[in-house]
Amino acid sequence: MSVTFLGIFILFLFSAAYSFGVKRALAISRENSVPIRDFNSLPSYHGAYIALQATLPCIIILFLWFALEPVVISHILRINLQKIFPGIPNNELSLWLYKIKAAATGESSFFKIDESVRPLVSMYITLKHSSRWILSGVVIVVGLASAAFLFQRISPQLKARHRVEAIITGLLGACGVFAIFVTLSIVVSVLFESVRFFRNVPLWEFLTGTQWNPHIAMRPDQVATEGYFGAIPVFAGTFLISFIALLVAVPIGLFAAIFTSEYAPPKLRAIIKPVLEILAGIPTVVYGFFAALFVGPFVRAIAEQFQLEVASESALAAGLVMGIMIIPFVSSLSDDAMSAVPLSLREGAYALGATKSEMIKRVLIPAALPGIAGGMLLAVSRAIGETMIVVMAASLRAKLTLNPLDAVTTVTVQIVSLLTGDIEFDNPKTLSAFALGLALFVMTFLLNLFAFLIVKKYREQYE
Amino acid sequence: MKNFIAKFINTSALSRDNSYCYQDVSVFLSDTSQLKSKEPFSLPESSKKPCIVCRNVNVFYKNKQAINDVSLDIYRREVLAIIGASGCGKSTFIRCLNRMNDTIEGCRVTGQILFDGIDIHSKDMDVVLLRARVGMVFQKPNPFPKSIYENVAYGPKIHGLAQSKRELDEIVEVSLRKAGLWDEVKDRLSHSGLSLSGGQQQRLCIARTIAVNPEVILMDEPCSALDPIATARIEELMAELSQEYAIVIVTHSLQQAARVSHRTAFFHLGSLIEIGPTEEIFTRPSKKLTEDYITGRFG
Ligand SMILES: Nc1ncnc2c1ncn2[C@@H]1O[C@H](COP(=O)(O)OP(=O)(O)O)[C@@H](O)[C@H]1O
Ligand SMILES: [Mg+2]
Repeated sequence: MSVTFLGIFILFLFSAAYSFGVKRALAISRENSVPIRDFNSLPSYHGAYIALQATLPCIIILFLWFALEPVVISHILRINLQKIFPGIPNNELSLWLYKIKAAATGESSFFKIDESVRPLVSMYITLKHSSRWILSGVVIVVGLASAAFLFQRISPQLKARHRVEAIITGLLGACGVFAIFVTLSIVVSVLFESVRFFRNVPLWEFLTGTQWNPHIAMRPDQVATEGYFGAIPVFAGTFLISFIALLVAVPIGLFAAIFTSEYAPPKLRAIIKPVLEILAGIPTVVYGFFAALFVGPFVRAIAEQFQLEVASESALAAGLVMGIMIIPFVSSLSDDAMSAVPLSLREGAYALGATKSEMIKRVLIPAALPGIAGGMLLAVSRAIGETMIVVMAASLRAKLTLNPLDAVTTVTVQIVSLLTGDIEFDNPKTLSAFALGLALFVMTFLLNLFAFLIVKKYREQYE
Repeated sequence: MKNFIAKFINTSALSRDNSYCYQDVSVFLSDTSQLKSKEPFSLPESSKKPCIVCRNVNVFYKNKQAINDVSLDIYRREVLAIIGASGCGKSTFIRCLNRMNDTIEGCRVTGQILFDGIDIHSKDMDVVLLRARVGMVFQKPNPFPKSIYENVAYGPKIHGLAQSKRELDEIVEVSLRKAGLWDEVKDRLSHSGLSLSGGQQQRLCIARTIAVNPEVILMDEPCSALDPIATARIEELMAELSQEYAIVIVTHSLQQAARVSHRTAFFHLGSLIEIGPTEEIFTRPSKKLTEDYITGRFG
């Protein structure tokens, strides 16, 4: 019996329970001649209460079942495999499990299945099948039984309204907890892999080393150099490109924001603001080829006029394009911050005989500064984490330099190159990607936190 | 005088005003001797030239008329109170006097407003200078989010009134003294203006206005966000300031108008109904509308 069916059943149960609940409440009112206004809750709340309370256990059972089923089935198979091959090592056991599952789904004639293991394949199929049947039975019984039980309890005194409130509060809370849980598990998994990396490469070397060359031998027969895992050049490259991006984005974004919030007539503002925000919606891969195909060669052509050495994947080209990309972050948040400065402050300045630009310089910008700074920090953390532009326009080779015309690499570029292609997960080369990822995460997290605190302080100021 | 106030207290039972309770008014009665500035002003003699002259002023928001053919004069060293029900155009009118309405989209002013004999809408009048000479204090205290010192120094700085840091310090101190705030803040000039209490903030805004050396100070319900004690401080301050400046105060509180002003103008639905010495307006109003408003028959 399929999951789709169970889904339909739950929906059906929900709507049926609701309408029966409403009808029942109305019937009770009629039979006992208790007017609805003397009920603790309106009939719709009785319906909602029964519907929610009856379907929720079904949904919970469904989820738990899907979480636990593979674990239980694997466990049963393992026990049986151990009976067939006594003393089999763990990794071979896992391989067998994988083969059995592949054979059962008919995915692969690629794996050869021994005759001795054949019965386990059919056993797996049966287990899975019966598990689904049992699940369907349990869900249907629980759903109908709880609906029937709750149906009996409908009475003028039932506090259905409060119960619905409690259930909804619980559901909202569960969603919040779920989001936090997912975030935390991502962090923990990255942390876990990073710890494995730091078993191979000391943390100190990672944080202070000035050479980065992770391309070590993956198999004993490969010829390769010894790896260097000093992350400084990689982070230096990230900061160089982000810094160039800020040099572009901060002035342009801020001036654009001043124009839109203070000078532009409403009609023009209604055009400019959305257009600027569209910049944020352009896929970064488009910026990437813009950088690689146009800005890169352009920078090169200009620099050659001045007899300057330019790498074709210069930090300058990547930074310029990234700067254009983050303009909307700066301009939009600055515009919001400046528009939020109360009219009374502007009038205060005008009433002292300030001109518009004096008002902006001495009153508006200082008053909006926390919001502007918050926007800039968000833009920075966006720049640091940006991947696609630099993958296309920055170099792969880590070089420790401050020259914007040189080619540098970034953290995100390295992570992409380390995790694409031929990889093996217990090799320091691959694991170093997680360490870089963790460092990046910590950095952007702190920046965001900082931005958040500033913005929050700023909000309080005018409340 | 006492007689008039006593009569006024009787009628104010009906008035909608709530910024003062009776007790406060009676406290004020015993204090009234301290308000020395009230008496010296007498009606303008022919020799005394008005400082602002308004003739046939109309104000429109888009197509809606908010002020209808108002003509009145404002003299130096007087406090003119503007009273009237909410929405009758009091704020609109005083915002004309320093062209603050320019900042409102779709607001149009017609008629003549002469400041020192010059039409404020003419090319000869620089709006920035006009606003420096006709200062304004708003309903809600609006100190800049800067230090107390910077708040007061802002105006003198943009107008280049001080040649040196010392002169600027002096302007700040004198302005704060005149606003009666110096003793309370002299040890914390570098603290944020927002750290002060509401009443102190309002006095800071007054100090800020005084610092650019205006000739007229416009006040739009300057006490309506303040408690009675802070209000009493501001009223005392107005009495002192009126020895130097012309003050136009919009107020919701009839008692306040009675206490602080030399002349009172009553507005109704955008028109000036009556203007005259405060005592006359409150005791022998010549128009029925004025009387009804004063006695609280409508709000
Ligand atoms: N910015 C504006 N746009 C349109 N109408 C306005 C504006 N400001 C005030 N008004 C209208 O003008 C009239 C007078 O308002 P206002 O001067 O604020 O009255 P008061 O200060 O006496 O309470 C009111 O009817 C009000 O609705
Ligand atoms: Mg008003």
